[in-house]
Amino acid sequence: MDINKDKELLFQYDEYKKHIIRKRFIIIALLIATIIVFFWAINAGAMSIGPKQVVLAILGLGDTKSISTVMNIRMPRVMAGVIAGAGLSVAGCIMQNNLKNPLASPSTLGISNAAAFGANVAIILLGAGTIVNTGLGEIQILNPYIVTICAMAFSIGSTLLIISLSKIGHFSIQSIVLAGVALSSLFSAGTMIIQYFSEDTTKVAAVIFWTFGDLSRASWDEIMMMGILIFGSIIYFIYRRWDYNALDSGDDTAKSLGVNVERVRLSGMFVASIIVAVIVSFLGIIGFIGLISPQIAKRLVGSDNRYLIPASAIMGSLILLISDTLARVVLSPQTLPVGAVTSFLGAPLFIYFLIKEE
Amino acid sequence: MTLLVDKISFSYPKKDVINKIAFSIEQGDYLAVLGTNGAGKSTLLKCLNKILKPQSGTVYINGIDSSRLKGPELAKNIAYVPQSYDCSRKTVFDFILLGRKPYIKWSVNQRDIDIVENVLKLLNLENYSMRYTNELSGGELQKVIIARALAQEPKVLLMDEPTSNLDLKNQIEVLKTVRYIINERKISAIVAMHDLNLALRFANKFLLLKEGEVFAFGDATILNSELIKNVYGIDVAIEKFSGIPVVIPI
Ligand SMILES: Nc1ncnc2c1ncn2[C@@H]1O[C@H](COP(=O)(O)OP(=O)(O)O)[C@@H](O)[C@H]1O
Ligand SMILES: [Mg+2]
Repeated sequence: MDINKDKELLFQYDEYKKHIIRKRFIIIALLIATIIVFFWAINAGAMSIGPKQVVLAILGLGDTKSISTVMNIRMPRVMAGVIAGAGLSVAGCIMQNNLKNPLASPSTLGISNAAAFGANVAIILLGAGTIVNTGLGEIQILNPYIVTICAMAFSIGSTLLIISLSKIGHFSIQSIVLAGVALSSLFSAGTMIIQYFSEDTTKVAAVIFWTFGDLSRASWDEIMMMGILIFGSIIYFIYRRWDYNALDSGDDTAKSLGVNVERVRLSGMFVASIIVAVIVSFLGIIGFIGLISPQIAKRLVGSDNRYLIPASAIMGSLILLISDTLARVVLSPQTLPVGAVTSFLGAPLFIYFLIKEE
Repeated sequence: MTLLVDKISFSYPKKDVINKIAFSIEQGDYLAVLGTNGAGKSTLLKCLNKILKPQSGTVYINGIDSSRLKGPELAKNIAYVPQSYDCSRKTVFDFILLGRKPYIKWSVNQRDIDIVENVLKLLNLENYSMRYTNELSGGELQKVIIARALAQEPKVLLMDEPTSNLDLKNQIEVLKTVRYIINERKISAIVAMHDLNLALRFANKFLLLKEGEVFAFGDATILNSELIKNVYGIDVAIEKFSGIPVVIPI
């Protein structure tokens, strides 16, 4: 009846579409940046190969030396970076949403420290690793499976502990975060005690190297495992994106929209924690990325989980890939611990975003 | 019959809050839930759409036991406007789109978009669709929250003190809007409120709670000065002012 009004409405919806397209565009831009960094990362290293050779090698063409360097050394490392970055970041994103706390992340919830404690138990108490001095201070884990299994057992155990505590004790979401912090310090105290009483300093050195986090540690099989797990989890999170959007508006509102708040939160936390437990067990601790990259993604695409979840995942891959490549090239042939570079790179970037926001 | 509440009781672990509450409303009803602070108004509203689960009693929606309905099914029948609201940063359009949550299977479809547009139009919010919710005034935000509830296409709208943060003009505007929606959408509303005069002006049914029990339930004729003294503990006179009853504390 009121044609002008309808026109205006159409205009409003066009504005909304633009707003959506802008978000999609940012996600695509992040994806392209990640692909570019992916090739840079494969190219970077002691033996310079050249972008063309890299592409050829990935396709299985070119000379055997390049193929073997690319496929056996660099590709697994870079794939581990893509997968772990996406996994840690998306896990942080879901934890921050589910617990309504921007500080919720793999490290604050104690999962990383629990894994580190497990590695300490394996290496120092069970003698699964020691250090072999190859001049570069190369770590030699005698039995990597025991270390991985112990790390995973403790991190998944602590996850289940927090989740069941919060279920039994009817914890508020703030209490879950606090329980995570408490558990985290409990595990780091345990780690300290184990290291303090260790007779063998080489074992302590080995376990410290383990905790540093290293993308080259995982075998292809382990990378495949992480890849499948994280891909499946991201699909699950995307499937739940409207539930997470509803949670953003408060529990009562979410319930009134038909969301089973407890179940959504419990399963979200569980899946996110398992991702982290697996990554940390295979690669060691890579801190900060789960905290910061979802926050940066949020500042780029907003809090709508339709865009935030994919953007967080890609942002995590991007930051971890850049960090790892810098870690390899900055003091080449020395490789810096990637976790340290993540923070060196991430913290200023994050502060920049905070300042820009004010 | 739209909503029949049959003796529902709810208690927190250490506190009984509402006790055997029973009433019913029909399509087109505008029910004001009245009572002092702590009487149990918010608790009652939350029990009606299972935000809280009553320990006993049943809520029937169009004859169906609501505890048999799944979350999204219930949400298609009853929408809720909370008393306080923690507002994350979203565009108004996205915020109202969230009201489509019970209907969304994998992703938003054109019908969802159309409904959001209709609701925007119904509440004269067209020009707000790209504004951010954390940058709205109290009255604007309240209308947006009502819009989100309407996007659920509910049969019953629950509102918990929707006007408590608003100035007089906005209070009247919001309550008028609710009246308009009730007629326009052929739904009913249950509104917890404080202001007796506003209740008398807009509502057609009244539920007075005292210490978690129904003290009185009925139309405007039940509201006399004796009842109000019993519920609120103050002396009032009720006069008619151009046909509308007005409560005056004395
Ligand atoms: N989470 C809670 N735990 C324990 N008691 C509560 C809780 N929420 C509300 N109450 C109590 O329930 C009673 C009714 O509260 P409420 O329904 O909010 O009243 P109203 O909305 O009428 O002001 C009050 O005495 C209040 O103290
Ligand atoms: Mg209340």
